[in-house]
Amino acid sequence: MRKTVLRKPKGFNDVYKHKPGAEKDRTHYCPGCGHGILHKLIAEAMEDLDIVDKTILISPVGCSVFAYYYFDAGHFQAAHGRAPAIATATSRANPDKVVISYQGDGDLAAIGGNNIIQAANRGENIAVFFVNNAIYGMTGGQMAPTTLEGQVTTTTPYGRNVDTDGYPMKMCEVISQLTAPTYVERVSLHDAPHIRKTRNAVRKALLNAKERKGFQFVEVLSTCPSGWKMDPVKSMEWVKEKMLGMYPLGVYRDKGEEAKVITRPVPILEPGTVWEKLGISAEADVDFPRGDVPDEYRKMSIRVAGFGGQGIMVTGQALASVALEYGYNVSWLPSYGPEMRGGTANCSVNIQDGTIGAAEAVKPTMLLAMNRPSLEKFEKTIVAGGTLIYNSTLIDIEPERTDIKVFAVPITGIADELGNTRVQSLVNVGAYAAITGMFNVDHVIELLPKLFKGKSQTIIDLNAKAVKAGFDYVKENF
Amino acid sequence: MARMLMKGNYAAVYGAAMAGCTAYYGYPITPASEVAESAAALFPKLGRTFVQAESEVAAINMVYGAAGSGQRVMTGSSGPGISLKMEGISYCAGAALPCVIIDIMRGGPGLGNIGPEQSDYNQVVKGGGHGNYRCIVLAPASCQEMCDYTMLAFELADKHRIPVFVLTDGVIGQMMESVVIPEPVKELPDKSDYAVFGTPLNKNLVNSIYIDHDELEHWNNELLKKYQNIEKKEVRCEEYRMEDAEIALIGYGSVSRVLRTVVDDAREKGHKIGLFRPITLFPFPKNEIAVLPERGIKRVLTVELSTGQLVDDVNLALAGAIKSDLYFRLGGNVPSADEITEKISELYGEVM
Repeated sequence: MRKTVLRKPKGFNDVYKHKPGAEKDRTHYCPGCGHGILHKLIAEAMEDLDIVDKTILISPVGCSVFAYYYFDAGHFQAAHGRAPAIATATSRANPDKVVISYQGDGDLAAIGGNNIIQAANRGENIAVFFVNNAIYGMTGGQMAPTTLEGQVTTTTPYGRNVDTDGYPMKMCEVISQLTAPTYVERVSLHDAPHIRKTRNAVRKALLNAKERKGFQFVEVLSTCPSGWKMDPVKSMEWVKEKMLGMYPLGVYRDKGEEAKVITRPVPILEPGTVWEKLGISAEADVDFPRGDVPDEYRKMSIRVAGFGGQGIMVTGQALASVALEYGYNVSWLPSYGPEMRGGTANCSVNIQDGTIGAAEAVKPTMLLAMNRPSLEKFEKTIVAGGTLIYNSTLIDIEPERTDIKVFAVPITGIADELGNTRVQSLVNVGAYAAITGMFNVDHVIELLPKLFKGKSQTIIDLNAKAVKAGFDYVKENF
Repeated sequence: MARMLMKGNYAAVYGAAMAGCTAYYGYPITPASEVAESAAALFPKLGRTFVQAESEVAAINMVYGAAGSGQRVMTGSSGPGISLKMEGISYCAGAALPCVIIDIMRGGPGLGNIGPEQSDYNQVVKGGGHGNYRCIVLAPASCQEMCDYTMLAFELADKHRIPVFVLTDGVIGQMMESVVIPEPVKELPDKSDYAVFGTPLNKNLVNSIYIDHDELEHWNNELLKKYQNIEKKEVRCEEYRMEDAEIALIGYGSVSRVLRTVVDDAREKGHKIGLFRPITLFPFPKNEIAVLPERGIKRVLTVELSTGQLVDDVNLALAGAIKSDLYFRLGGNVPSADEITEKISELYGEVM
């Protein structure tokens, strides 16, 4: 005669050491609650599939908040609804592990509704066990998204009214609309034959998880005698009579043999290769030798301003990038926040030795005005003795200030003559180099491939011409 | 070359990469989006994890999962997103999980605008989520510091098992400066005593529930001891031309840069003004501020991009010993150096 030995499956801890109090050999669940049955089916499957030592379980908020007392696994206790997000991260950190997200209906379908859908949609390598008992158990029997029409709970004391409370959420149906999930099935715990089917579903989900076959979702119709205020036997009958009609059992998705193994890389540190992979050279930075820069141009606070699309930001970044190669401290600040309105653009560039204070050129030592509104707006802000470069192609008024140096440069015209208005930025840089003596034109041209990384040689050559043209114009005319 | 011109938002991610951060979970929001964008660009190159989460809430819970899995992990956002993350940050604090959160502050409340403000100070520095907890808060004022302090944030996070904020505003996030990229850290600390690896010998539990009242009280007291230890050991601040100063300007982040210019302008005119800049906002340099009167400071002026959040901490430290004033701008407006100088003349004309 076959001998049956009754023992706890190895997926459970021998002693529930995390459980407070003296009773460290039994669960905290109420008599007749479905969690105990489902826990046992999972623990058995963990033993039989040999995954006890590679399982990470996420406990939710709800009655199964203490699932971590029972399973012999690595554990996270999650914030309400967030188990799939935590499961995502721990699965990405440990791609070869079996990650279980164990959730109730309030947790999964209400507060965590988006998290479960998005984890499913990403095809995370996780197995989700979703306990649907049509009520919030832990908090004392409030309405869940899965509460049936007419069902009385503490927050639907007159019965769930679908006109005001919405309809019961059918999560298998929702999840199975997505492309990524591998396996989606709804099962029930209301009698022995259905518990056997649940057992099979649990095994299938965990086997798929072990084989890293993506997102597994098993919805388990379960009893809550305390919340429903029924005895355990009546609860089983209630599932059968009331819940099965609303929540049809069966397989909603099974990719079967088609299910792909999802491989996600193990995140790596490899500090020795980081610089190389990011294109950072270990060689020391060599500064260009500085030319003769007059005192007045040794601490520059520059405002570049014009229409959006006139290369304002690029001009500023190019000035800062080139100055950096001479060993100056530089800063570049885009017009940002409220100033972004109205299609005008400006940026501030500081170039100096020593620490740069305020980043915005509120009182610039130089204004580079590319259009008339910019000249009108910022001319008055230039410090006395400062410098104005303005785009005489587009600006048809004369500057008013007499206490500043003025350079009228037909920037747009020079760029147009080169055949491309977009090279205005580097015309600006050339003009700046000629006026300040801060940059050598050859150095600027040498830097162009770096400034225009990924751009064609044609574009780089054209910009080289632009730098020269801007430089030459200033040298020839002033 | 290790010297690069980059935005503060990028610099933070370079710092994270050098600190051995192997996972980034985030959600886009102006003016912090480049943090997520640069992580998306850099992390795959390094064989590290980047996931654009479905929400700020998901992102911080992914951070919880990654930190609990023993990774160095980061997320980034701005005010409204930080508000959403607060629950998850409380869980990280409760479970003593190290992680780094970048907050590039914008204007509030509500949708506010995308201009720079410092109005997340209270929610970030005082805890922000539910429960008795603190995060270490570092306040960089340059792109180099965005890189360096993000690296430091990971060290402090692991050292104290605590979430660490890198708190700055849109100016520092959006501006570009030269950044010298530091050497990558060679080795990460062993976290096998608490992190969950899912291996035969590791059955750790990451948790913040203490159902027993006495146990939770005990745990809160343990956390308190940690915060007190941090207050003793981790205070960082910077002074500029404070040696003989009689008036101290106090400000952090982008404001401290403007104040530096104010100090230089004032010194040129012979006024004895200096700058005191908190670098850690928690722990707050309260002792360093408390001794300012003994050091000859007669007045302090706190300047912030919020309606008096930083100045509360300044005043707690000063305990009424000397006159303390506040000047602030809001809504994305940053005060100019001249504007602050004018305020100083108005307030202290008679002592200057």
